[in-house]
Amino acid sequence: MATINADNRGLRLAVRYLVLTLIAIIFVFPLVFMVMSSLKPDLQLLRDTSSIRAFLPVGDISFDNYASAFERVPVMKFMFNSLVVTGTTVIMSLLLCSLAAFSFVFLNWSGRNVALSIIIATLIIPFETIAIPLLLFVSKLPWIGMEGMTFGWLDTYRVQIIPLIADGLTIFLFVQYFRDLPRELIEASRVEGASWWQIYTRVVMPLSGPVLATAAILKFLAMYNQYLWPLMVVQQETYRPVMVGLQYFFQLNTAWGEIMAYLTIITIPVLAFYLVLQRAFIASIASTGVKG
Amino acid sequence: MASKLTTSNRAGWGFALPGFGLIMLFIVIPFFFAFYLSLTNQRLISPNPTEFVGLSNYDRLLSISVLSIEPETDDAGQVVRDDAGEAQYPRVRTFTRNNPDYPQYAGMREWFRWHWGETAKVVVATDVVFWKSLRNTLMFVLVVAPVQGGLALCLALLINQRLRGINFYRAIYFMPVVVSIVVVSLLFRFIYDGNDGLLNNILGFLSFGLFEGRDWLGSEGTALGAIMGMSVWQAVGFHMVIWLSGLQTISPTLYEASSIEGASKWQTFRYVTWPGLRNTAVLVLIVITMQAFALFAQVDVMTRGGPLDSTTTIVFQAVERGYGKQDISGGSAISVILFVLVLSISLIQRFLTRER
Repeated sequence: MATINADNRGLRLAVRYLVLTLIAIIFVFPLVFMVMSSLKPDLQLLRDTSSIRAFLPVGDISFDNYASAFERVPVMKFMFNSLVVTGTTVIMSLLLCSLAAFSFVFLNWSGRNVALSIIIATLIIPFETIAIPLLLFVSKLPWIGMEGMTFGWLDTYRVQIIPLIADGLTIFLFVQYFRDLPRELIEASRVEGASWWQIYTRVVMPLSGPVLATAAILKFLAMYNQYLWPLMVVQQETYRPVMVGLQYFFQLNTAWGEIMAYLTIITIPVLAFYLVLQRAFIASIASTGVKG
Repeated sequence: MASKLTTSNRAGWGFALPGFGLIMLFIVIPFFFAFYLSLTNQRLISPNPTEFVGLSNYDRLLSISVLSIEPETDDAGQVVRDDAGEAQYPRVRTFTRNNPDYPQYAGMREWFRWHWGETAKVVVATDVVFWKSLRNTLMFVLVVAPVQGGLALCLALLINQRLRGINFYRAIYFMPVVVSIVVVSLLFRFIYDGNDGLLNNILGFLSFGLFEGRDWLGSEGTALGAIMGMSVWQAVGFHMVIWLSGLQTISPTLYEASSIEGASKWQTFRYVTWPGLRNTAVLVLIVITMQAFALFAQVDVMTRGGPLDSTTTIVFQAVERGYGKQDISGGSAISVILFVLVLSISLIQRFLTRER
């Protein structure tokens, strides 16, 4: 009797792992296929799709596709643009959204509740519904720069950065986190004569590691993977980010190896980032759902 | 709680203003701007001044009507039939073009038709493509929201067991979420390809060659379904994690109690797990619905709305007109309609899932 039970348990465990692994294969095979294909010449790539070889680095393996993708498209420039836009937006967003949330949670001021309600209300406005009026809006906005006052923000870095810095979700995440911090801490610092700026930088920010990580990861993913907005506001190569750069390949139905190489180049940084910080990524998504 | 210590209008506004100001400037104002623009004939670049045109943008988008057409009869009053015995009908354009008897149908085109006895009922609309985009988007939402939410819950339950290495599987299931939907879409164009596509080969292999390949994105019947499948594949891990965080808020003592009572697995799920997931369920449903309504990148990369507008969506139409054709007012009107849809569906969901 005992042995049968033990066998049974072993079998059930094996079935569980089998199910888990089969599902894992479903999630991972397109990405494996992408990376492997990027290493193969087109003819072999197409031939390999009919067998398991599609997922293996076999045959005529080389980085030729990468070389020709770099030749066809200014990959490094697009990558640089994406990093500038994403990096600046994430940093500015963390700063301005945490400052606003700090004010909403710890300070009393007239208009506070109305302002916070407006921000919460924006959570139900999908970006897609404001993209068109926003396009017209930014095409007319003034800017004071080196050449004096100019109008129209199209084809710049700033049009990809400034409108997307502040968002309701980020402020909301900070507000929720700050509400759980002990208020006595802030009031005690006030009694001791600390300025609000000092309380923000020396008391609250040092305690905010987890929420900063959450907000940074969510914003990073949203910004790096941004497509609709840069598609509309950036025409010139000079300011184009990687996702819009993909358009170069849309019409090339034959150069699959090159496409796979480009996809791999722009995906690997995010995937590497994710695999290293896997727990933080998952925790950040989970934290958006805890209180809802 | 307004203590003197924490009251400061100057500091309060000073700290909140940069973030709040940006939200007002780039979200709230454009949002109201959309309503205004939808009532004008604004274009992105135009030499002519903008004029107020009332509701005519909405009128053009939403005009729809049913036209009843009797079969053609010959001089003897008999229905004219073709060789196969099918009744012959006059062409729709005889009603919709320059026909003073039917001014209400002027400029409309046929969307689809059905038969009521010998009478053909023809649905005609001024903007058939927009109506198709509404239909496609609603189909997408109605299929993807329950399927993705349900699958995500199954995955969360699967991942929520104590097994060695379970975190590895969780990390794998979540992986597609961090990959851009644009990258995924281009990759799946290859997977769905009609000739050398991976999916055809895999299905052919699994069915021992019985399955005949098809061009998934190239045929009207399968294109939207293919996009749905890919979208679920990409995003299901996101909602799995949200379900998972909901599962972990359920107190273990409840599970102990139900196991002492000898509850079956299904009973435990039905009476312990599911009630504990109530708030999570509402959140997951609303988030997926909002994301599904915003369907754009997949369509833009994979099909550009085709074949025969079978995958065009509301956002795709808004961008196609507002940006592509520089018709800001038309694009804005579509945006407003989208917002009204999202809002009303969210309110309905809130109502249906309210605490009773």
